[in-house]
Order: sequence, then C-alpha cells, then structure tokens
Amino acid sequence: MKSSLLARLPRALRPGRGWVIAAPLLWLTLFFLLPFGIVLKISLSDAAISVPPYSAIFDYSAETLNIALNFGNYLFLTTDTLYVAAYWGSVKIAFLSTLLCLLIGYPMAYAMARAPARWQLVLLLLVMLPSWTSFLIRVYAWMGILSNNGLINNGLLWLGLIDSPIRMMNTNFAVILGIVYAYLPFMILPLYANLSRLDGSLLEAASDLGSRKFNTFLKVTLPLSKGGIIAGSMLVFIPAVGEYVIPELLGGPNTVMIGKVLWEEFFHNRDWPVASALAMVMLAILIIPIALFHRYQSRELKE
Amino acid sequence: MKKPSFTTLMLIAGLLFLYLPMAILMFYSFNSSRLVTVWAGFSGRWYIELFRDRQILAAVWTSLRIAFFSATMAVCLGTMAAFVMTRFTRFRGKTALSSMVTAPLVMPEVITGLSLLLLFVHMAQMIGWPADRGMVTIWIAHTTFCSAYVAVVVASRLREVDLSIEEAALDLGSPPLKTFFQITLPMIAPALAAGWLLAFTLSLDDLVIASFVSGPGASTLPMVVFSSVRMGVSPKINALATLIILTVSLATFLAWYFMRRSENKRRMAMAQQDAG
Repeated sequence: MKSSLLARLPRALRPGRGWVIAAPLLWLTLFFLLPFGIVLKISLSDAAISVPPYSAIFDYSAETLNIALNFGNYLFLTTDTLYVAAYWGSVKIAFLSTLLCLLIGYPMAYAMARAPARWQLVLLLLVMLPSWTSFLIRVYAWMGILSNNGLINNGLLWLGLIDSPIRMMNTNFAVILGIVYAYLPFMILPLYANLSRLDGSLLEAASDLGSRKFNTFLKVTLPLSKGGIIAGSMLVFIPAVGEYVIPELLGGPNTVMIGKVLWEEFFHNRDWPVASALAMVMLAILIIPIALFHRYQSRELKE
Repeated sequence: MKKPSFTTLMLIAGLLFLYLPMAILMFYSFNSSRLVTVWAGFSGRWYIELFRDRQILAAVWTSLRIAFFSATMAVCLGTMAAFVMTRFTRFRGKTALSSMVTAPLVMPEVITGLSLLLLFVHMAQMIGWPADRGMVTIWIAHTTFCSAYVAVVVASRLREVDLSIEEAALDLGSPPLKTFFQITLPMIAPALAAGWLLAFTLSLDDLVIASFVSGPGASTLPMVVFSSVRMGVSPKINALATLIILTVSLATFLAWYFMRRSENKRRMAMAQQDAG
C-alpha cells in the first residue's frame, strides 16, 4: 500500500512538485550552503583597512584575470600558539562536557523510559522545559551561585567549612558545569527516544536465560541504544566546541576556546579574513562529527 | 515500599540539578538588595524597574516580532522540506536537501552567524540589498536555522500518520494540493503547532547569530540582556528571568493539559465503541 502511493505521488504531484522541492532547496542553498563558499573565499583574502575590511581575490584589469589567493591566514593560525591552544582547549572541554552529559543523562533517560506510561510525557516535558526558557539566563543563573560572594561560597563560609571563598567562577570548571547544565536536555532527548522504543521482550529473554541485570545492560541495552548515544553526544559536542556565551560569561583568562577567539578576531580586531580561516578550520575539525550525526538523523527520518 | 533504583535516584537528582539554579534565580528576583546574593528582605521593586526600562521593553517587542515572522516562515519552509523528505521518491538533490536540513541542527552558532553576515555583506556589494542590516537580516537568519528544526519535527509526524487516508483521497480523484490541505494538514496540525512554538522560542533565545547579522538599529532581547549580564549580576535580569520562566512553564502546562484532555477523550470514545 505504502509503495503504491509513493510510486504514484510523483506523477500525481507533477504540477506542484517542482516548487515544493524548489522553495526549501533554494532557500537553504542561498542562506546555508552559499555562505560557506563566501567564508572560504574571504579566508583566502588579505585583511585591509576598508569597508568591508578585506581585499578582493579576483581582479580583472588589462584583459587579465588576476586571482590572488592568500594562504597566509591559515599559516598564521599555525604560527601563533594561541589558536592551536584554543582549538585544543575547545575540543578538550567539549569532550569532557559531553562525557559528563552522557554519564548523567543516560541513567535519567533510562529511568524515564522505564517509568509508567502516564508519567513519561510529564517527565519529558520537565526535562525539556528548561531548554525552552532562555539559554542566556540559565548560564547567568550560575554566575550568582558560583561567584566568590555567591551562594555556594557564602553557604560554606557560614557553615565554617572554609575560611576564604573557593574560586569557582572564571575557571574551566565553571565552563564545563555551564555546558553540562545548558546541553543536558539535548543529550537526554535522543537517548529517551531510543530507549523508549527498546523491545522489553529482549530484556525479559536475557533475564529468563539467567543473565544478571548489569550484564543484560552491557550486552543488550547498551549496544541497542548506540544510535541514541551517538546522536545525543553529537548534539552536545559539536555546538560546545564553538560555544561563545558560556566561556565568555563563566570562563576566565585560562579558558581559551575557539568560539570566543573567533568572536574577538571578528568584533574587536576586525580581522575578517583570520576569523573566516578560523571558521573554516573549525568546520574541518567538526566535519566527521557532523557526518556521524547526519547519518544517524537521516536513518531516523527514513525508517 | 520498594527501594528506588539507581536510575530513579539519578532522574530525581538530575531534575533537581536542572531546576535548582532556576529556582534560586527566581527567588533572588524578590530580594530588595542590589547585591543579588545577600538576602535583605522581600521586595517587588526590580519588577517595577524592569517595566520602566525602555531599552528592555523595546528589545522585547523587537524580539517578539522577529520570532513571530521567523517561526511562521520556518513552518512553511520546514513543512515543505519534511514533505519532500518523507513523501517524494528519489530525485536529484534529495541528499543535498536532507544534509542541509540536518546540518543547521548542530552547526556551531559562530560559524552560522559569521557565514550569513559575510553573505549579506557580499549581497549588499553586488546587488545593493540588504542596504543595512537589522530585523530583516535577523529574520532571514532565524528562518534558516528554525526551518531545520521544524522539518525534523514535522517529518517525524508525517511518518507516523496513516498513508491510506491520503491514498484513498487521491484514489477518489482529489487533486494532490487539495489532498494535502484537506487530509494531510489536519492530521499533522499538532506537529505544525509544536514546530512553530519550538521555532518561536529558538528565535527568541538566539544571541550569537543575531549579534553577527544585526545592524545598529535592531537590538534583540538576548543582545540587551547579554550586554547587561557581562557587567555582572543584576536583580533586574533576575526579574526578567522569572517572567520568562513563568511564561514558558505556563505555556508548557497548558499544552500538556490539552494533550491529556484530547488523549482522554480519545480513550473514552474507544471504550464506548468497545462497550457498544
């Protein structure tokens, strides 16, 4: 039945089919794909004091087309240790945060999927609700809690457990905490979707055959939820690598993350070519995680 | 009473972790002291100051308008993309379309923001449009990433609905466009509403992309909040945060209530059918 409809639809839809495809395809090509080409182009141009602040790559004069590609911006990224450190720092912090999200999120998603059916929707809404409020405000909430005269330090001082405040704000610890807090719902959502579809009879079979609970989890549940783990991890890791707001608000001088460096190159130094080169290298680092996420997502969508 | 399992305890602890910071934030919005962390008595003065702040009120209005138009456009484009991905047979460009639909979901915001700004600068040079950046460029940027979210929400619903009803309509000679509006659309309406709301909140929330593509004229709410928060904690922002959290909670509660009611009705109807 399904196949007969799918086979007939293209013919039946012919008059309208073209523009139904064209509208989203054109919009996304123009406003999503094409911009990357422009970033690539500007990353290969020279910085200049002009509006906009870069020189043209193509120059047509005296019947010759001159193409000047400046790879200097990319070379510059390798010579200045700040950039290498920023990439490495971002990947490290994003990786640690993703791991923590997974360790906290997996048991939560598991408990949600095992909860009575009438509770599941409520729990799902409770987990997702924070992500619908405001990212900025949720990061801001930690500023009042972690600062030197913040809630935790005041509490510990009052209890007499410490003599002077512990420095928590403006550290990598605060950044990782902020990322875990902000992105936890995005880890739980795909994990829950995956675990709630898990066939309970498989677990029963395992336990009938004498498998112990933890063993069943390792041999049955965990492998079957691989898709959810990959999707959740990529939903946290990829945006976290480019994160700007969290390191800016919670991080300190020791926090060098690439999103923040890119922002500063662009807005403060007004060096558009170097900012573009930074973006292209970041994209190159993230291309494998993005491809992984895409493979999982398109499998989800086809199914 | 059974001992709660490890995962149940983790779920409770995790929910506390998610909600405690927000509860603390809301609690201190009623603090009369300017120092956010020292309790000096109950007061509603920060709410009054919030409503006197013209800059914030103007930013709220700007953000709401951008979010409304972005969400509406994103639902149109996203639904088309979802329909193409789930109902159309293979065609050239289908893989490209589905990659372009999933990639914005994870693309770091600084990359999206930078690339769109550079596009707008280029377009201004080549065709003279957009002459200056502001609400329209933010609208385009938000529509682009929001339509990806809408497409995913609508596509998952489109895959669930019963194809045989659409098929029957087509068999009986209903033109495809009419079939879509009279049969498919009512069936996927809840997903469209969910997608619209999601797009609306995403657009309201975005700071990084809007900062890149905005011009001097248009400041969205996150941009104003960010420049204030950078200076440190401010009770006025706590008051604003409280209002945002309460609004979202109320909307979520209403959505849950109506979902539950229609579910109960459906169950009752089925029970009656079984009995009769």
